[in-house]
Amino acid sequence: MEKRVTFKGIWLPLLLVLPQILITAVFFFYPAGQAIWQSLFIPDPFGLSMQWVGLGNFEFLLSDRFYRASFLTTAIFSILVTVVSMGVALYLAVLADRLIKGSGTYRTLLIWPYAVAPAVAGVLWLFMFNTRVGVVTWYLGILGYDWNHVLNEGEAMGLVVVASAWGRISYNFLFFLAGLQAIPKSVVEAAAIDGARFWTRFRTIVWPLLSPTTFFLLVVNIIYAFFETFGVIHTITSGGPQQATTILVYKVYSDGFVGQDLGSSAAQSVILLVIVSILTVVQFKYIERRVHY
Amino acid sequence: MATLKLDNVKKSFGKTDVIHGVSVDVEDGEFIVIVGPSGCGKSTLLRMVAGLETVTSGEVRINGKRVNDVEPMDRDIAMVFQNYALYPHMSVFDNMAYGLKIAKVPKPEIAERVQTAAKLLQLEPYLQRKPRELSGGQRQRVAMGRAIVRKPAVFLFDEPLSNLDAKLRVQMRLEIKALQRELGVTSLYVTHDQVEAMTLADRMIVMNAGVADQIGAPLDVYANPETEFVAGFIGSPPTNFIDAALVGGQSGRIGVRPEHIALSDTGLLTATVGYSEALGAETLVHLRTGDGAQITVRQDAALPIPGEGETRGLSWTDENVMRFDASGLRQH
Repeated sequence: MEKRVTFKGIWLPLLLVLPQILITAVFFFYPAGQAIWQSLFIPDPFGLSMQWVGLGNFEFLLSDRFYRASFLTTAIFSILVTVVSMGVALYLAVLADRLIKGSGTYRTLLIWPYAVAPAVAGVLWLFMFNTRVGVVTWYLGILGYDWNHVLNEGEAMGLVVVASAWGRISYNFLFFLAGLQAIPKSVVEAAAIDGARFWTRFRTIVWPLLSPTTFFLLVVNIIYAFFETFGVIHTITSGGPQQATTILVYKVYSDGFVGQDLGSSAAQSVILLVIVSILTVVQFKYIERRVHY
Repeated sequence: MATLKLDNVKKSFGKTDVIHGVSVDVEDGEFIVIVGPSGCGKSTLLRMVAGLETVTSGEVRINGKRVNDVEPMDRDIAMVFQNYALYPHMSVFDNMAYGLKIAKVPKPEIAERVQTAAKLLQLEPYLQRKPRELSGGQRQRVAMGRAIVRKPAVFLFDEPLSNLDAKLRVQMRLEIKALQRELGVTSLYVTHDQVEAMTLADRMIVMNAGVADQIGAPLDVYANPETEFVAGFIGSPPTNFIDAALVGGQSGRIGVRPEHIALSDTGLLTATVGYSEALGAETLVHLRTGDGAQITVRQDAALPIPGEGETRGLSWTDENVMRFDASGLRQH
């Protein structure tokens, strides 16, 4: 039985949730409604007039070569960010889980990058990989590699992926470590006595028991890569070179605020809204049906 | 089939010594029970045999081969855990087949061995179920099944019955004994329950604070405890201890089992009757002596039950007296 505290009247609970409702209304419902409304118009660049175009903005976007390219870029970017950050985090969590001495120190140090804001992380990586004065660029130069993410599309993508994944490793590490520690030690020991060596144990026992955590992180990281990486991309590449790192959320910004095409920008926001809604629904469906061991 | 030998095995966690040197020779097919109160190091000793804890000093030998530095999977052992430690995401069949699959046993043979074990443990209807769909007793059987399908050299049991209710515990106790007899596998069984130890063991090791106080057949240990601790721990209700000076001795204490004391009008000692517990076949009478020591007398139900507050004499014969010196060692 679930224990619930129940209120007698309706006014106190209403009062208690009011601040959250207000914040959501002001910062989410209102702008989201505006975006949906604006996506049906083409305003002039000065915002003086609006022309009704119906679904014209969407029709144009879906046939736009650059927009479809941005979809592909976003897919590649978010898959890479998710795989890199989750892979590294899982590896570190497995190591930290096996650690007996000093695990607290490692844990604390590994959590620090999460406290760094994406834009700041972006600047940090930009300094290291700056084409003229970056320390990593300099060492790569000594090794005979000419690093230039300003011109090279692959290098640009690599850099924003690493910068975005870096801060995320901490977050994923925390969840993976908690997941690993929730697996009863005796189950792993039983597998060891049954003859399973480390890798077999990981594959057949640990990984399946960790799957709820993994799925949760998968969804959360994809959403992160879709939206919160804006700061990283803005500081490091500004979507370039040649739109090689223009992910959907960056295109919303650059088309709307740089290109002043607010109608198209609003339509892109609506498409993103739909995508994130689908992801959230998938996640909740899964969590509800999640197997409780 | 195997022998197991512990030679002066010690264990320390950092600076804390938890096991101070235990030696025992276990014969092929023997059922050894390690019994002691919580914190006495019995589980640690078992885990060292399993290879889940390192051995600080001394030797563990299975079939004469030193296994101190051998990984658990290479020791040819099987273990039943207190919480069963079943693989929650696998069916009962897969739980039992896991070790065999890793050992690359051919599939038909795996199926056959799991079937045989399932039949032996009455698990056949549940083979496709997940552990969470089973009752406590059934999970316990799956854990047993997982151990026996691998046909290990040594069985290790870590308090396997302590999570079951009292009735099921008695039933599973009998099943484990029958199973071990049938399979004839050398077994090491850890428990804090002295009844389990008495009923299951061929020989038992009574552990007290990291020391094996006594190793012997259950009835020998019961009849001839070597230390005051063993006399007090084995037997229920426990042995009565009386200051030796009260009954004409010198230093130390004497121990007399509840069934060896008779109530009479006069006796070696007088005591005041407290409450009595009539259990049907027998009655336990609790008394208190002049110096405050608690005495329990086990008497036949046919004998009259003394009233509360009465003063009665306690008498016993000399051959039933166990004398212990001040350090708790038995004086013969």
